[in-house]
Formats: sequence, C-alpha cells, structure tokens
Amino acid sequence: MTIDDNASVGPASGPDTGGGPGASGPGSSTAAVSLREVSVTFGSHRVVRDVDLDLVRNRVTALVGPSGCGKTTILRTVNRLHDDTGGKVTGRVLVGDLDVYARDTQPELVRSRVGMVFQRPNPFPTMSIFDNVVAGLRLNGVRSKSVLQEAAESALHHAALWDLVKDRLHSPAVKLSGGQQQRLCIARALAVEPEVLLMDEPCSALDPIATAKIEELIAHLATDVTIGLVTHNMFQATRVSDYTAVFLLGEDRATGELVEYGPTPVIFDAPSDPRTRAYVSGEVG
Amino acid sequence: MSIAVLPGDPGELTDPIGTRRELVRNSARRSLARRRLLGRIAIGLCVAATAVSLTPLVALAAYTTGRGLHALSWGFLTHIPTPPGIPGGGISNAIVGSVVIVGLASAMAIPVGIMAALFLIERRGRTANGLRFAADVLTGVPSIAIGIFAYAVFVEPLGHFSGLAGSFALAVLMSPIVIRASEAAMQSVPRDLWEAGLALGIRRSRVVRSVVLRGALPGLVTGNLLAVARAVGETAPLLFTVLGSQLFETNPLQPMAAMPLAIYSDSTAAFPAAQQIAWGAAFVLLVLVLVLSVVARLVSSRLNRQAH
Repeated sequence: MTIDDNASVGPASGPDTGGGPGASGPGSSTAAVSLREVSVTFGSHRVVRDVDLDLVRNRVTALVGPSGCGKTTILRTVNRLHDDTGGKVTGRVLVGDLDVYARDTQPELVRSRVGMVFQRPNPFPTMSIFDNVVAGLRLNGVRSKSVLQEAAESALHHAALWDLVKDRLHSPAVKLSGGQQQRLCIARALAVEPEVLLMDEPCSALDPIATAKIEELIAHLATDVTIGLVTHNMFQATRVSDYTAVFLLGEDRATGELVEYGPTPVIFDAPSDPRTRAYVSGEVG
Repeated sequence: MSIAVLPGDPGELTDPIGTRRELVRNSARRSLARRRLLGRIAIGLCVAATAVSLTPLVALAAYTTGRGLHALSWGFLTHIPTPPGIPGGGISNAIVGSVVIVGLASAMAIPVGIMAALFLIERRGRTANGLRFAADVLTGVPSIAIGIFAYAVFVEPLGHFSGLAGSFALAVLMSPIVIRASEAAMQSVPRDLWEAGLALGIRRSRVVRSVVLRGALPGLVTGNLLAVARAVGETAPLLFTVLGSQLFETNPLQPMAAMPLAIYSDSTAAFPAAQQIAWGAAFVLLVLVLVLSVVARLVSSRLNRQAH
C-alpha cells in the first residue's frame, strides 16, 4: 500500500491505533520527511524507482529488504549524499517544509537538519572523543567553549556514553571499542541537534551485545528525533521500529521499489501485498 | 570412509571421491621432493637478485664514504673554497647555497603541489584527468631540459644567473612528485570519513581541511620530504641557471654555489685537492639525502601511530 499524494500520515495518535499511514489526518506536519516519486539512477542503471514514503515525526521507521533493493540509496537521498556519489535523484524530498532538491537549497543546510550514522563506525581518527563529538559544531564555526562543552555532554548522555568517557574526553577516539565508537558517531550526529537521524545499518558491523545496546538507544532517541533506520535484519525492525517500509526488487529484477509501508505490527503480521508476506515469512529474500 | 579402488578396476565398488582423493595424494607425494627443490632454487634466485640490486647502493655508499670521509673537518664545513692549489678550502658556500635554493624551490612547489592535489581529489572529470596526465608526463621530462627552460624564462630576461632561476627549475622538477604523492596520501583517507564530515553539514572546503588533510598528514610529510631529498641532489637544472660561485652568497638573485655544482666543477678540476673536496662534498650530500629519507620515514610512522 503506497501513499498517495494528497494523503498525509496521520498517526498523531501513535502507532498502536493501527490507523495506517494511508489515512488522511491532520496536516503534513506529522511527517518529518516525505518522499514523493523518488527515483535514483546511476549512469544508465536505475537503482530504485518511484518511492513514496514518509518518515513520521518522532517515530522510528525501518527500511527493510534484501541487499540491492535501494534502501540505503533512498536513505541517502534525504541528506543529499548522492551529490557526491554521482547518483541522479528525481522526485521530491521534503524535510519539514524544506524542498531538499530545490535549485537554491544548499546541501549544507539540509545536512545540518538531517544527521547520519553509517554502517561502519567512522570517528575522525586524528581527533579526541570530545573533538569528535563537537566536530559538527566546531567545524561550522561555533567557538564558544561553554556551548561546545554543553553540547558534548548532552549528546554523550543521549548516546549513553557519558559515564564511560567523562574522565577521558581528550583521549583518542580510536581507542574505543567498535560499539563504543558507533555510539560516539551517534553522539557526534546528535550534537548538532538534527530533526532527523538517518541510520544506515548501524549495527551490522557490531557484536550482539553492542547491537543490543544501540537498539535500546534507538528507542530512547526517537522521543526527540525522527529516525530512519535501514536494516537487513527483520527482527531488529520488529524490535525497534514503529513503521516499516519493505523494499524488494521489481519485476525487472534490476530496479528496487517500495512494496509496502505501514505500522510495523501490520507489516509483519498482516501485510497486504503477497510479496511482503513472502519476504517477512522468510520464503524469499 | 572411502573405499580404495585401484584405477582400472571395472566399476565394482566405485567410489569416485575416494579414487580422486587417492590420486591426488599419490601425485602430491611423488612430486614433493622435486617441488621442494624447485622452491629452494627459486628462493635462492630471489635472494641473489636482491643482492645484485643492492650492490650498487652499498658500493656507492662504501666508495663515497671511503674517499670522502677524510676530507671532512670542521674547516671543510665552514670555509669557502680557496684558490686552486691552496689547501684549506671548504664547501660552506655550497651547503648554504643548496639550502637556500632548495628551500625556495620547496616553498614554490609544495603549496602549489598540494593545492593541485586537492583539485584532483575534489573534481573528478576531464580537467582533473588532464592535469594528472600532465603531471605524469612532467615526471619524465629530462632534468636538463627543465634547466634550459629555466634559463630561457629566468636567466635571459634578467640578464644574469641567479639562485632563484635554479629554484624555479627545481620547483618545476619537484611539483609532479609533490602532486602525485599528495594525491595518494589524500586518497588513502577512507571515503567514509569524508562522508561523515559532509553528513554533519560541514562545508566541503572545511571537510577537506580538517578531515582529509589531517588524515593525510603522514603521507604528505613523507612524500614532500622525499621530493626535497630528490631536489637536493639534482645537478642538471642548476647548470644553466645558478652557475655556481666561489664566494659565499646568500642572495638568491645572484649566482650562488650549490653542492651538486661544487662536486661537478671540483671533480673535473686538475688539482687533487679540488678532487678531494669533491669527494667530501659527495659524502655530505649522500648523508644529507639519507638523513632526509630517514626523517621522512620516522615522522610518517610516528604520525601513523598517533592516528591509529
């Protein structure tokens, strides 16, 4: 079930009502991010086509599906990272009221409202823990020590890392373990107070314990920030997400498409599309 | 459990996997001795080849040290050359001259080279590819051609030889080395650091400065120090530009002395004293290049250790 242009996502009452995103409701202010007919093409190969998707404000939306179906590609349209990879994006992406791909929209502006956490932890190796967390602020010109200190503390608290690192804020970031580094990257993304946090398979490079810690974190973070989470792990989607979008390869077996999107319990227990049913039951994928 | 079957048995109890396994094992066992011997011979040849290729380096170092070491004295390093036949001369003017000339050349080549490398990193596409190709071609240009070019550009218009002309020639020689080494260093910074910086909403130029350059620092230092080490020993570009001098001169707008030039002119002189000075200068030059290379390695490994 896809979203049509005029409908807005209406779970102001929360995901438990089961009222699907196709229902009309109060204004589109409940969708922090909306994508309409978004396609991405690399050279002559269209990787994903005609995606209509909303990321509901202050909720976790999981993008699931087998590899190569365009989940990460779609995620990266939201913060314009395709400017750099050479992918051509068509369609409309709105972050709140901001048209991301409008001609006069500066990508830096978009990216300061939409943060991203990557698959492999990537703290800046030449910087300390503190410098990493405040990098988004400092490298954008914020100099005030008190502001930086406050932002760092708040971000590290939100990432459940403060107690661990408060006594060694100035030691090198690379000395942390993989899971801790990933939480550091989350803190770094949070420090600029984005509205939306995009997470691209953040746990795939981590061990199960670190994964569990981060999943716990995601649930807490959603109260302040809208989260879009790409994961190839269906169970993770059921554990942490409020909404799920299922991506599969289309008929031509070459282009990914959004097959179904709805509240997570609906998608996994009572999906409408037979392809979704096949995927979530493990028959395909 | 595999059933051993003699090859050739009509398929009584055929066990193809077991048969194949025995075949392979027998073949391996029979050829083992021969393969070991071949292996040893190959290793021996490699060691010999390494020895042969290192011999010129070792011979050069030994010979130069042998001939040049006893020319070394405090006076040698602090006095300027004396007129022919008079003992007590030194190469202080050549040392200072080399430092000034190579210093100026580095000041010209290194910033320009790093910025060109940044351009190559930032912009993919035809201009970048063209620039890269041009740099590669420039590495192959004979150094004497660069010297003549510098003569036409600097010496002729100014009407006299100068250290600056030599610096210009050396800078032209150094720049493709600096560009390629810097580009390689910057490319070795993993792409996801670049993306992490962009994703924080930081301007591209700032991401380059604070993330890419910082991350590339070890490679940049090594590459540039090696480019300097190369420039210190180049002679041909200096022949038509700097001229050389018997006097102590630090003004780059005048002809100056330089180590390679001193070696060149003294070694072809008729006086044994001059030839002795040439050997001494060659030894000092060798030590200088060695020290630069070692320092480059040390700095790079220390910076690498800090970053990881």
